[in-house]
Amino acid sequence: MQPITKKPQSLTNVPYHYCPGCGHGVVHKLIAESIDELGIRERAVLVAPVGCAVFADSYFNCDTIQGAHGRGPAIATGIKRAKPDSIVFSYQGDGDLASIGMAEIVHAAVRSENITVIFINNAIYGMTGGQMAPTTLVGQPATTAPKGRDAALQGYPINICEMFSAIKGAKYLERVAVDAPANIFKAKKAIKKAFENQVNNVGFSMVEVLSQCPTNWGTDAVKSLEFVQKDLMTQYPLGVFKNEGK
Amino acid sequence: MSEKVLMKGNEALAEGALRAGCRFFAGYPITPQNEVPEYMSAKMPDRGGAFVQAESETAAVNMIYGAAATGIRSMTSSSSPGISLKQEGISYIAGADLPCLIANVMRGGPGLGNIAAAQADYFQATRGGGHGDYRTFVLAPNSVEEMGNFPKLAYELSEKYRIPALILADGILGQMMEGMSFNFEPVDPKTLKTPDWAIGPAKGREKRMVFSYYLKDGELETALLKREQRYAVVEEKEVLFEERYTDDAEIIIVAYGISSRAALAGIEEARKEGIKVGLFRPITLWPFPYKRICELAQKTKAFLCVEMSRGQMIVDVKLAVNGKIPVYLHSRVGGAMPDGGDIVTAVKSALSGKKEQLSPFNPSECKGGK
Amino acid sequence: MYQGIRISGFGGQGIVSAGVLLAQAGLTEGKKASWFPSYGAEMRGGTANCSVVIASDEVYTPIVIAPDTVIVMNEPSLSKFEPLLKKGGLLIINSSLVNSKPQRTDIKILNVPCNEIAQKLGNVKVANLVALGAFAAAAQAVGIDAVAKAMKTVFKRATPEMLELNKKALEAGAKSI
Repeated sequence: MQPITKKPQSLTNVPYHYCPGCGHGVVHKLIAESIDELGIRERAVLVAPVGCAVFADSYFNCDTIQGAHGRGPAIATGIKRAKPDSIVFSYQGDGDLASIGMAEIVHAAVRSENITVIFINNAIYGMTGGQMAPTTLVGQPATTAPKGRDAALQGYPINICEMFSAIKGAKYLERVAVDAPANIFKAKKAIKKAFENQVNNVGFSMVEVLSQCPTNWGTDAVKSLEFVQKDLMTQYPLGVFKNEGK
Repeated sequence: MSEKVLMKGNEALAEGALRAGCRFFAGYPITPQNEVPEYMSAKMPDRGGAFVQAESETAAVNMIYGAAATGIRSMTSSSSPGISLKQEGISYIAGADLPCLIANVMRGGPGLGNIAAAQADYFQATRGGGHGDYRTFVLAPNSVEEMGNFPKLAYELSEKYRIPALILADGILGQMMEGMSFNFEPVDPKTLKTPDWAIGPAKGREKRMVFSYYLKDGELETALLKREQRYAVVEEKEVLFEERYTDDAEIIIVAYGISSRAALAGIEEARKEGIKVGLFRPITLWPFPYKRICELAQKTKAFLCVEMSRGQMIVDVKLAVNGKIPVYLHSRVGGAMPDGGDIVTAVKSALSGKKEQLSPFNPSECKGGK
Repeated sequence: MYQGIRISGFGGQGIVSAGVLLAQAGLTEGKKASWFPSYGAEMRGGTANCSVVIASDEVYTPIVIAPDTVIVMNEPSLSKFEPLLKKGGLLIINSSLVNSKPQRTDIKILNVPCNEIAQKLGNVKVANLVALGAFAAAAQAVGIDAVAKAMKTVFKRATPEMLELNKKALEAGAKSI
């Protein structure tokens, strides 16, 4: 018998703690495969966030640093500037990146730090228990918006890729999803590209991944995929927003 | 020892850090420390290091967190309001056991306060400052020469114990110029050993993790107690202070940083009048020289704390004295530097047996419970 | 010896650099010296002042509260700094720009038309050095030669011509008293 697939070398054997149906595990695998294929595991440094992916530092088989909520891009800046040979990637959720860490991510892009950012947008705070995120849709319930997000009171969801398109230093921006095999395939290509850009000194590269959170959406795995396809993709259309890489 | 050159305190601090091997600096403009990032931006590229003007003090300290994790000598500087913003990062750095250098060129607070010199961040500096149980080294220079020479000392202590180091200066020390010389040859960072915990590119070794969380039952307590063992060694071995005229002193002034120079001006005047006054200057504010102050409390009649805050260091002096002799306060705040003449008056008043009436508590007022 | 000096004037009159020059001159002569500026928001109003101490012993306080010498280069500085002078202290007034008369009778007063002298030399910008020349000659705290030597250290980007002009301004100031 021939093995047709294997666990990427860039993942450890620590079992994931993620909930059933969660998108994080899929994205981790895509990142690990990309790192393996580019042969950069020994140069890679993960900046782990605060949020559900806080333990990502245990899952990736490369150097890691875990930092304060939202500060990943600043920490990544320090590592990359101190050790330009390292391949630094910041893995961040929507609360982390688009709320508390908005200044850090914007300015990392403005400076066009040569780093890779993987932005998981599942429109909810996961680890703290389903509170409203900056990307929560209007009408979508959350534990801090029990009747659904009310635009009059809580404003509108923020579209990160569209916003970053106006930043000159942002060199590669793509929004993908991990709801179905075809999209997962595209997500892999995008993530690999974002790492390849760093190897080629292109500058700031970010992939926004629409991900599912059945637990905090109060739904099941199948319905969560439908929510991604019908609702999230309407607010957050997939596609390449910027591609200035080689 | 080289010839003395005229240098500004902030520039001496920046040059001292560069000479000590600092190769990453991130900061944000704030008066009265602007010369530090300005100097770094001009000189860092020539030394092969990186300078980043960060989007905020919060970002700057997190950049330091990242750079320090790679094992290189890194630095951020700010002044009081900016140091408040940095506390989040300092807590993470302390929790991750990383060495680095943070400078606070103190100004008046709270809030926006003013831009003049102050010493009102003593509590913040010596008690950790951010959330959680931790300490940072706190070095208090009192001259431009020490501004220039303390960065190397700070890095060495910080790396030896894996505890972040703070240089606690103030607007006067930052802005003033005087003759100074460096007491060490420039350090070539290439000669420094990369620590065995540093992250960054590395062929053929196991992965390394830098973090400050311990989520399993009991793990955090174990980690904190283990770190505390290092703190105990520091408190035993790394205390620095300076004494002048303490041998025959009837009263000893305790003052650090720029206040200690005002105290010396007062002491010279008082000694001319035949009053036996001494100076005790803590150089490390953490570890604080409790033991030596306790010893001096057996020999002298009273302590007078001279501070540019409303009584912060006095709390540590009182802890050391433990009620044995009176501890008085002479304080100027809001940008004023204590004046030698006023200090003489305060000394005379203390020696006349004036009732101690100072915050936080006057032990002589405690009559005991029923 | 101990000499505490306050220099004050408009921003752009070279107040800050005059102070640095004095401190450097003190250091050049092997004395202890310090300099402390007014800084930040205080500077934005257009006035500048600095403290300089030149002493044979350790300088404790760089902020000169009771100066031995005050150099006032513009009108508003006179009323601000005259009252601070020690009894018997020296007040050097740039009489080209200061019209008011000092109030005190317990001090030495030196009127020096710094701007006019500088203009005669060809550049009004060296008025500050005319004042320093007068100070060096009158106060005996630091020698003219030391100030001239200090210029090479402080004005690193000055051309030889500029340094020569500066030196002439110092000498003219010294002669004016």
